[in-house]
Amino acid sequence: MKKIFSYTEGLTRRPTHYCPGCTHGVIHRLVGEVVEELGLRGRTVGIAPVGCSVLAYEYFNCDMFEASHGRAPAVATGAKRTRPNLIVFTYQGDGDLASIGMAEIVHAANRGEKFTTIFVNNAIYGMTGGQMAPTTMPGQHSTTSPGGRNCDEAGYPIRVAELLSTLTTPAYIERVAVHTPAHTIRAKEAIRKAFELQAEGRCYTFIEVLSTCPTNWGLSPRESEKWLENVMMPYYTLGVKKRPEDFDGGIFHGKH
Amino acid sequence: MAKVLMKGNEAIGEAAIRAGCVHFFGYPITPQSEVPEYLAKRLPEVGGRFVQAESEVAASNMIYGAAGVGMRVLTTSSSPGISLMAEALSYIAACELPVVLVNIMRAGPGLGGILPSQGDYLQATKGTAHGDFDLIVLAPDSVQEAVRLVISAFELAEKYRNPVMVIGDGMIGQMMEPVEFPDEVKGPPLDPGDWALTGCAGREKRIINSLYLDPDFADRHNRKLKAKFERIREAEQRWEAYNCDGPCDLLVVSFGMMSRICKTAIEELKAEGFKIGLFRPITLKPYPYEALRKAADKAKRIISIEMNMGQMIEDVKLAALGTKPIDFFGMAGGLVPSPDDVVAALRDSLKKAGAGGKAR
Ligand SMILES: Cc1ncc(C[n+]2csc(CCOP(=O)(O)OP(=O)(O)O)c2C)c(N)n1
Ligand code: SF4
Repeated sequence: MKKIFSYTEGLTRRPTHYCPGCTHGVIHRLVGEVVEELGLRGRTVGIAPVGCSVLAYEYFNCDMFEASHGRAPAVATGAKRTRPNLIVFTYQGDGDLASIGMAEIVHAANRGEKFTTIFVNNAIYGMTGGQMAPTTMPGQHSTTSPGGRNCDEAGYPIRVAELLSTLTTPAYIERVAVHTPAHTIRAKEAIRKAFELQAEGRCYTFIEVLSTCPTNWGLSPRESEKWLENVMMPYYTLGVKKRPEDFDGGIFHGKH
Repeated sequence: MAKVLMKGNEAIGEAAIRAGCVHFFGYPITPQSEVPEYLAKRLPEVGGRFVQAESEVAASNMIYGAAGVGMRVLTTSSSPGISLMAEALSYIAACELPVVLVNIMRAGPGLGGILPSQGDYLQATKGTAHGDFDLIVLAPDSVQEAVRLVISAFELAEKYRNPVMVIGDGMIGQMMEPVEFPDEVKGPPLDPGDWALTGCAGREKRIINSLYLDPDFADRHNRKLKAKFERIREAEQRWEAYNCDGPCDLLVVSFGMMSRICKTAIEELKAEGFKIGLFRPITLKPYPYEALRKAADKAKRIISIEMNMGQMIEDVKLAALGTKPIDFFGMAGGLVPSPDDVVAALRDSLKKAGAGGKAR
């Protein structure tokens, strides 16, 4: 009999604690598969955030840090700069990365740190019970925006992939989704590309993954997929935002 | 090696290199900016990495990352920057990682001033950040001793896998003194032991983590950290006792540069027949309580002299345990007491102690 599906060595066998319909688990799986398939597991160090995926250090089957809230990019910088042969990735939620850790992510990206960020955008703070995130959609209800996000007060949701793509240094930036098999296949390609570029020693790579949070969105898993597609995707457009070919830093390398 | 004349901050940077540390992450702040400036130039020469972080928050998490992958690492800052490092220090201590940081203190509170101070004593020794953990804190009184203590900070950090702070006031950082360095870059690279994240090829995966959702586990971990600090307390207390043999009229307790000013004042009063001892803790943590109590036993009275509004005096009181009256003299805000200021304070205390000196 032909084996068509099995565990990935990139993940431990530990059952995850994620809610039914949550796509954190799918994203873990993709990262685990890529790390395994590229043969990088033995020299990979991952950095888990504070958020629902705080226990990611239990799930990824490689050496793992657990960082303080938002600081994973700084921890990754310290690790990768001092042991450049490691493959380093951060796995971060949108509260972690786009709110408390905004300074760390922007500067790590801008310095061109040679690690990869997997950014899970589920438009909410999952772990702490559904509070508003910087990525919460206009009008979206959360426990701290009970009347829906009021953009006059809270501003508009931050498009992190686009924001980082204004920087000259990063090598690869793409936004993907994992709510359908087709999107999941594309997401894996993007994650693979990011790790490949890192393994080649290229600058910073960043993959934003649109993700579901049925529990705090107050929707069923099926409704969550629809909401992601109909509400999030028009605002957070999928696609490559920056490629190594786009690098325009060369023109600034004149004499000073 | 021959002596060289060197600014304290630069000597601190060179000392780290001699201790085998070639990785630095930090953010500029007066009066310690010469450390990053010096290392930005020097580290590439010795095959190391210098990274100017975007903030002290980031710098302190970078050293968490570097130490976590088993590399010897340094950061330096001054008071407001150390406040921003508090969070990471709690994580680093929780995860038992060996890092060395230097605080060249400036006057506070708030943005304060850029002049010397010892206003972070309590922050360094008691309430550095959230949770139960202990730094090791070393306080040099000269540029030469700063060099020695930076080197010894790395040894202690690695021996106990604990963050170590070398704390000096702005004077230590800014003044130039002749110093001698050990010739050799010391020691082999840090031993990544069974804890550092070096990639799991050929072994089980490792985790560096400070999330303890199980309260029993968390309690055990806290006890383990405490037990480690007890070992440090037993083995690592250091102090200088100056003029402390035999009974004395007054015992001065002072640390860092301030203690050198106190020595000048003590010498001046010696000529008048007053016998004044000086006790200088070198490890502010673990504090040498027992040694101080022994010195205090021989004195009529104690005075704690600090460049702050009275912080170490709390430890002096704990050491003396109510056996002797304790005075305080201090200046804050960046004012450095002159020997005359100290002499005046000592005279006050001597009078209260009923000490006569030589009849004049
Ligand atoms: C310094 C600090 N502030 C606040 C928290 C509380 N906290 C934990 S997780 C979290 C939000 C996480 O949300 P997100 O990053 O969106 O991840 P998700 O749970 O949605 O995956 C917050 C605010 C913390 N742990 N540390
Ligand atoms: S709360 Fe939301 S993000 Fe967290 S595990 Fe549940 S569904 Fe996923």
